[in-house]
Amino acid sequence: MTETLPDTRTDTAATSLTDPRVLRGIELAWREADLLDRKEYVAWNALYAEDGHYVIPIDPTTTDFDNTLNMVYDDARMRAMRVTRMTEGYALAAVDSATTTRTVSRFVPVEVSDAEVVLRASQVLVAFKRGRHDLWAGDVEYRIRLGATPAEDLIVLKVVRLVDSQAAVPAAGFLL
Amino acid sequence: MTTEITAANVYDLAAADLVQGDRVAGRMYTDPEIFEQEMTRIFEHTWIWVAHESELPKPGSFKSTYVGRQPVIVSRDRKGAIHTLVNRCRHRGASLCEKRTGEANGFTCPYHAWSYSLDGKLRGIPYPEGYEGVLDKSELSLKRLRTESYGGMVFATLDEDIEPLEEFLGDVKVWIDRFMKQGGGYPVKVLGTHQFTFGGNWKIQLENTTDGYHFPIVHRSWMASVDAETADMMSFMTDPEAITHDLGNGHSVMQMVPEHSDLDADDGTEKLQDRFDGLIADLRAAGLSDSAIRKVVLAMHGTGFNLNLFPNVSMSAAFFRVLRPISVDKTVIEHVAIGPDGPDEVVGPVNRARLRVHEHFQGPFGFGTPDDAEGWDRVQRGAQGAPEMPILVNRGAAREKPSPEGWPTSHVTDETGMRAAYAQWKQMMSDD
Repeated sequence: MTETLPDTRTDTAATSLTDPRVLRGIELAWREADLLDRKEYVAWNALYAEDGHYVIPIDPTTTDFDNTLNMVYDDARMRAMRVTRMTEGYALAAVDSATTTRTVSRFVPVEVSDAEVVLRASQVLVAFKRGRHDLWAGDVEYRIRLGATPAEDLIVLKVVRLVDSQAAVPAAGFLL
Repeated sequence: MTTEITAANVYDLAAADLVQGDRVAGRMYTDPEIFEQEMTRIFEHTWIWVAHESELPKPGSFKSTYVGRQPVIVSRDRKGAIHTLVNRCRHRGASLCEKRTGEANGFTCPYHAWSYSLDGKLRGIPYPEGYEGVLDKSELSLKRLRTESYGGMVFATLDEDIEPLEEFLGDVKVWIDRFMKQGGGYPVKVLGTHQFTFGGNWKIQLENTTDGYHFPIVHRSWMASVDAETADMMSFMTDPEAITHDLGNGHSVMQMVPEHSDLDADDGTEKLQDRFDGLIADLRAAGLSDSAIRKVVLAMHGTGFNLNLFPNVSMSAAFFRVLRPISVDKTVIEHVAIGPDGPDEVVGPVNRARLRVHEHFQGPFGFGTPDDAEGWDRVQRGAQGAPEMPILVNRGAAREKPSPEGWPTSHVTDETGMRAAYAQWKQMMSDD
């Protein structure tokens, strides 16, 4: 059964966060955040479905990522290359990348079914490097395909919409 | 006569003495007073790139940007003329426009609603009674900068007296013409812009665009991520045909892939890269001829050269790179993606593929930019040490020879482009 929930921007009486399907989605989002902070990129990539996309758009309103310029628009091929870049030791920026800690919270269930969970959340990431803290804040959308067991749940789409996506951001040696 | 840079005099030397041909003092990157001088002597007295004409597609289109640190609006008026206006109300100085791009009938100050036309003329003042006898509207237009274009590239200057743009560009013009051929027979348009900051002086980036020496080292991870054909195309380190020219007035061009310098000079023998097979099929389905397909596909990575225009714009591979100095140790860079402007069935698939190529290298999370930025950050940090030791830009100085056109020329890995830029910098920062 699929429930498309009311627009929770105006209706706060949405499906409970304790719905077990929603909880699985939140757990996966948190697992991903932890892996990224620990720079466990191989394990991170394994959280994505083969047909999944990892996106950081510039235009905060677009959903047509194909036809617009994005900061990141990675399919499986690009994610695999990104993992190689982040781990092989040849990328200056990755070798000496900032230490990060991120908080993902304010989860809102958008769509819930036995097959898929779509969540909105807020992410605040603090990156520290050479005496400087950079702040990365944004809304995140997760589309998660539920497997037979929680261990088989996979991210089909993650979109990070930064609050400053249309401004100049620092060049980063890590992923959001 | 040049004074040798020593620990005792490095902080006392005049700015112009900090450039000594093939070596420069690190103080150029770190001294806030020199930065202030640069903003007036250079950025207010030369041609500064402000837009590509495709960013102003119709009457009423505008873009807000900067000339040095001065905010400006670039607008297209009803007759199609492009203007560069200081983004500052003549009344109390508020900025008129905080949108980066858009369309408007004119510009109205949100503070007291003084309104201006697209060419900057003061059009209306609310409650004008208080201004009787004290104000002549014709004298209160927005400050308008001289604005001239070449090849779709729009430049502005605050200096009414400098040479015309085309004279300043000189031998660069032929390279701009070649660069725009990457439209594959169509005009070139802006597809989108990446913006990022780095914690260093603007000149560190100025040096980078025609610095072939750093490429295989800094961009090793990018080289490892692309297919063998692309990597082979970029392996110019030992290719004697790959050269850099000093084009005069601080400008330089670095030809990494000389066979792609003139995309019209295609003899049909170069194999199109396998990675574009899908695109080629799309274009064939759209009814394009084989030769038209070759034109756009050969240009997927842009032209085979980087053109560095002093002081703030480069035309590199398949994008424009624009630098904006913020402070002595902070710079904003824009990487402007470009592609052909034509019928949807052709430019749709071409530009989707070009956007992906651009995201791969140029964005703030790309496979190239973060590594460049890390290198530049480190120059800024390291330049604080041993200020008496010069920064070396002497690579290839002994093997530099004039090209048949008369351009000082050396190998692509040589620092000819940096010497060209610093000669111009020295001239503009000199008192005489």
